[in-house]
Amino acid sequence: MSEALLALDDVRAVLHSRHQSQALLNGVSFSIAKGEALGLVGESGSGKSLTTRAITRMLDPAFEVSGSITFDGAPVLSMGPSELRSYRSRDIGMIFQDPRAHVNPVHTVGDFLTEELVRNRGLSRGEVEHRAVALLDEVGVRYPERRLTQYPHELSGGMLQRVMIASVLLAEPRLILADEPTTALDVTAQSDVMAILDEQRRARGLSLLFITHDLELAAACCDRLAVMYAGEIVEQGAHVYESPGHPYTIELLGARPSIDERLDRLPVLRYNREIHEQLKAEA
Amino acid sequence: MTISMEKTVKGTAVAVRQPGFLHRGYERLGLLGTAAAAVLLLVALSAALAPMLAPYDPDFPDLLAALSGPTADHPLGTDALGRDILSRLMWGARITLAGPGLVILLSTVVGTVLALVASWCGGRVDTAISWVLDILFAVPGIVFALISVAIWGPSLLTVVAGLAVAYVPYVARVVRGAGLRERNLPYVSAAWLQGHSGAGITLTQILPNVQGIVIAQAISSLGFAVIDLAAVSFLGLGVQPPTADLGLMVKSGFDSVLRGHPAEAIAAGALIILIVWCVTVIGDRLTTTARSMR
Repeated sequence: MSEALLALDDVRAVLHSRHQSQALLNGVSFSIAKGEALGLVGESGSGKSLTTRAITRMLDPAFEVSGSITFDGAPVLSMGPSELRSYRSRDIGMIFQDPRAHVNPVHTVGDFLTEELVRNRGLSRGEVEHRAVALLDEVGVRYPERRLTQYPHELSGGMLQRVMIASVLLAEPRLILADEPTTALDVTAQSDVMAILDEQRRARGLSLLFITHDLELAAACCDRLAVMYAGEIVEQGAHVYESPGHPYTIELLGARPSIDERLDRLPVLRYNREIHEQLKAEA
Repeated sequence: MTISMEKTVKGTAVAVRQPGFLHRGYERLGLLGTAAAAVLLLVALSAALAPMLAPYDPDFPDLLAALSGPTADHPLGTDALGRDILSRLMWGARITLAGPGLVILLSTVVGTVLALVASWCGGRVDTAISWVLDILFAVPGIVFALISVAIWGPSLLTVVAGLAVAYVPYVARVVRGAGLRERNLPYVSAAWLQGHSGAGITLTQILPNVQGIVIAQAISSLGFAVIDLAAVSFLGLGVQPPTADLGLMVKSGFDSVLRGHPAEAIAAGALIILIVWCVTVIGDRLTTTARSMR
């Protein structure tokens, strides 16, 4: 644990409205070591994306965040504006679920990839473009030189997600946050993009926080899994997939239909908030 | 398969880039808008080339031919001082186009900057800017022109300065709304995470996405600015005689109307209406296109 690159300890995010306050992150603790990949799985609304927003300090100011988030020893929650900006752009690379919504439609792919580096890091445009072309080639984008002059609408979703990955790698971060990077893609593009992400990450020794609904996918490409429910990590470890311990994880894994047997009815999760609260009270 | 896909990609890329500037303009403006643009261009050209095209010196009084009515020498007749109305229209259109153009240029630049700052900073900055804009809204444009004239004396530039202030909120309100919409889109937070600065995002990411709305709003306001400026001239507070100006011509033609010679007032009034109609149609079309593209 001493080598932890990113560590969250008892992170809570409480949303205050006029009449009530609601805890949407309820004591999240986990850590990611250098070069390690952690898969964060859980159902919709369990707080996975909220966790990445807390890590990047992109939560709406209406949230009250407590607990501690440290990146390489530095406390993220108390960073000043310039520190925060350098942390966001140089230490962390974020890959989003829907690449098309996250790329400005009026700029070329080349601008999207190079603009920040040229403007803020004082690198020459030629040099950055040269590296961008090499990286696009590495992530499987054909005709990379021509792509630089194309606009996002000229590229398919899978291509654009590769461009997104290239833009993250270009900034040379130490941690990649991937928030359901394959959910918006079709199945064949999904496996390609996932393979590229995994391969590039391992080759560069980067840490990865991989968020997904897909337990099997997470188990296949991550060193450890963390299962989230109702703003809490209910279970985490290297063997969650093979030998789940928490009732929610067990039910979740049991609910996957098998292709070997025909079922009249698909299994339904019976785990709910009530059971969850009961279990917590017992523990 | 990959090769054929590449071909399609190439094919569409070419097909998208083929339409030229004129064709794209036609697509945005439609038939009526294109006609309006053509008419406006014609008016602007004859105004710009007035020194070469105008048949007479606009200020030369031929008292013997005063109030002559349309003749072969003077196609639109002459005014009470015997000056050629056609020549004065061409010279007058220069001011009637350039003055409001300057008003809109100034107010669009100031309004867009204010609006983008307000929408990006939010909070108190936004509240303060919106508050100032609301106050400006409450005052009619002509009043600003009158205040400006009262302080600096009647001239084209003082009226332009006053009206420019009056038109700031019209631009700013629309752009602020568009800016607020854009800043909540995912690509802005992605750019933020990439490490772009707030000013950088506003200028290079948001501004290009709202420029269509900025231009449409500017041209729509231009029509109102033409009318306001002509009204101020009509009141005798803007351009001073003997300079040819359409608003002034309506005024000086007004006295001749009572004496049975309506040519000057009608010609100048009609040209103002024509200019405003063209500008309004173009602005309307551009606004519709800008909205449908969002």
